[in-house]
Amino acid sequence: MSTAASLPPDARADGLFAAATPEALARRRRRGSVLHATAIAATALGLVVLGLLLVQVAVEAAPWLRPHLLTEYTSRIPSRAGLLAAIVGTFWLMVLTAAFAVPVGVGAAIYLEEYARPGPFVRFVGLNIANLAGVPSVIYGVLGLALFVRTLGFGASFLSGGLTLGLLVLPVIVIATQEALRAIPRGLREASYAVGATRWQTVRSHLLPQAAPGALTGVILALSRAIGDTAPLLVVGAATFIAFLPATPLDAFSALPIQIFNWTARPQADFRGLAAAGIVILLAVLLVMNGLAIWLRSRAETRKS
Amino acid sequence: MSADLTNRDPDDGAPGGPEPLDAALAGVARPDAVAGRTDVATALTGDVSQSLTERLVGGLLFACAGLTVLTTVGIVAVLLWESVRFFGDVSPVEFFGSAQWTPQFADAHFGVWPLVAGTFLITAIAALVALPCGLLAAVYVAEYAHPRTRRIVKPALELLAGVPTVVFGYFALTAVTPLLRAVLPGVGIYNALSAGLVVGVMTIPIVASLSEDALQAVPRRIREGAYALGATKGEVVWGAAVPSALSGIVASFILAISRAVGETMIVVLAAGSSPQLTLDPREAIQTMTAFIVQVSLGDTPQGTPVYRSLFAVGLLLFAVTLAMNLIASRLVLRFGDR
Repeated sequence: MSTAASLPPDARADGLFAAATPEALARRRRRGSVLHATAIAATALGLVVLGLLLVQVAVEAAPWLRPHLLTEYTSRIPSRAGLLAAIVGTFWLMVLTAAFAVPVGVGAAIYLEEYARPGPFVRFVGLNIANLAGVPSVIYGVLGLALFVRTLGFGASFLSGGLTLGLLVLPVIVIATQEALRAIPRGLREASYAVGATRWQTVRSHLLPQAAPGALTGVILALSRAIGDTAPLLVVGAATFIAFLPATPLDAFSALPIQIFNWTARPQADFRGLAAAGIVILLAVLLVMNGLAIWLRSRAETRKS
Repeated sequence: MSADLTNRDPDDGAPGGPEPLDAALAGVARPDAVAGRTDVATALTGDVSQSLTERLVGGLLFACAGLTVLTTVGIVAVLLWESVRFFGDVSPVEFFGSAQWTPQFADAHFGVWPLVAGTFLITAIAALVALPCGLLAAVYVAEYAHPRTRRIVKPALELLAGVPTVVFGYFALTAVTPLLRAVLPGVGIYNALSAGLVVGVMTIPIVASLSEDALQAVPRRIREGAYALGATKGEVVWGAAVPSALSGIVASFILAISRAVGETMIVVLAAGSSPQLTLDPREAIQTMTAFIVQVSLGDTPQGTPVYRSLFAVGLLLFAVTLAMNLIASRLVLRFGDR
């Protein structure tokens, strides 16, 4: 595409070729700075909203951030309500999600990068993974409801919730691991094969350790997506009132975002405050996870250089 | 064989490294280059169990990759299976022809248009926020911002993308709605406007990040050519860079719209659960996603038309978002090729 062709007609007619008078130039510059200012304002808008959100949540949450929030079960009386079952539930959900999605996701990435011959099948699987990443999370909930809850008979349990979230984040883990594997110089593989290592020996002893920081970053980002996702868990049948800790993966489950949703949806102001407190805890967990991911990435980068 | 080599790792290896040696080694040692690589290993070591391990691992890894395909198959199968049975109870003529969605009433109607209208309204409001703001943010970051500012703004926008949607839903219901109700007359406690605006803010980072990638991919010569013609900075940005990145920008728009269509928690919390055929943003509505959540929150017995309608609505939602995602990935590929 040539430059002239990509310019809008008015820029060609009155802007670039016709008007080189000082007034015209000043006008064109003015128009440019207006657009510059608009761009700054638009960028600021998103960040200002983010700031307002954080401030509002912090203000609403402040009176409710008390130690027993972490040690009590939820209650119909706001002053007694806590997040114990939700926090423990989120922890176990993440364990199940990771236990399912990490091996499968890393395995799929290894297959696509190291084992499969490039061709239509690999392209198809890649396209499929890209599209899965764009499927609305509530649809994963519908899949989980029909497949895990009803057909496989797991019920509205931790297992159903964890597997559903696992399928949801699988594409993120596959893509991150693929990128980490792709970044490894070819020479490393060749050196390994040259001394007689088999393909799996090469993957296990040389490629996986090299790809680990990148893949782990992807895993953390995937889990931080799963930890805040509410819709699929609601569809799978998360419980909003649980006053016991889980004993088996087939127990009924709750989670932090579910409790936040439930408290937000109640009309009483006290529960809204509790919801804000729950949000503070959820955001704190997310911040720690993302910080960990950034730290891992920077450490991997410094070690490489 | 050589085609295979060039196909796999075009950018790999240190630049200026011993390329010929590399290539020669590759010809000898790459598993794809030597047919029956494991057989050679077996012959060398005389270890049969090793080749068994190799094949077992290969099979397992293939199964992992296959599972990602099975996920798609599972989604389509589940949605189709229950939808077919739903359309056994409710005729498609009613589903696509009626303007009433009252599945839980005694006098049940299954006309999907109110849910489609609700989804459209939310998406339109969100697009009005996210598309201009996202594009302008991308232009700012890619074209105007000082590298130091960029290093702060980009992660901050990513932070916005990392906020869970239930948190945005809380914000829409408890902060944006009261504000709107104070400013605009006739805004309900649950309304499409508040939810749509917040969905829009949530999708700004999607537009911004993908559009910025597209702008960064515009070759420098296009900008320099425009400067050489005497264009001002603004004319270079809006007359040369943005039009050149258009397919990527459009792709980012489509992906953001697809996200807005599939967004659930914000609309469940802030937009209400009143399926009605309206384009008045001050009123409560229900989107397709919110209906799915509403049905699954209640104790709807399996096998009833209401339970099955969840899957019919899910199928429609899946089809719409899939179509948009496919179009977007086509567009991204096109601008990636150039």
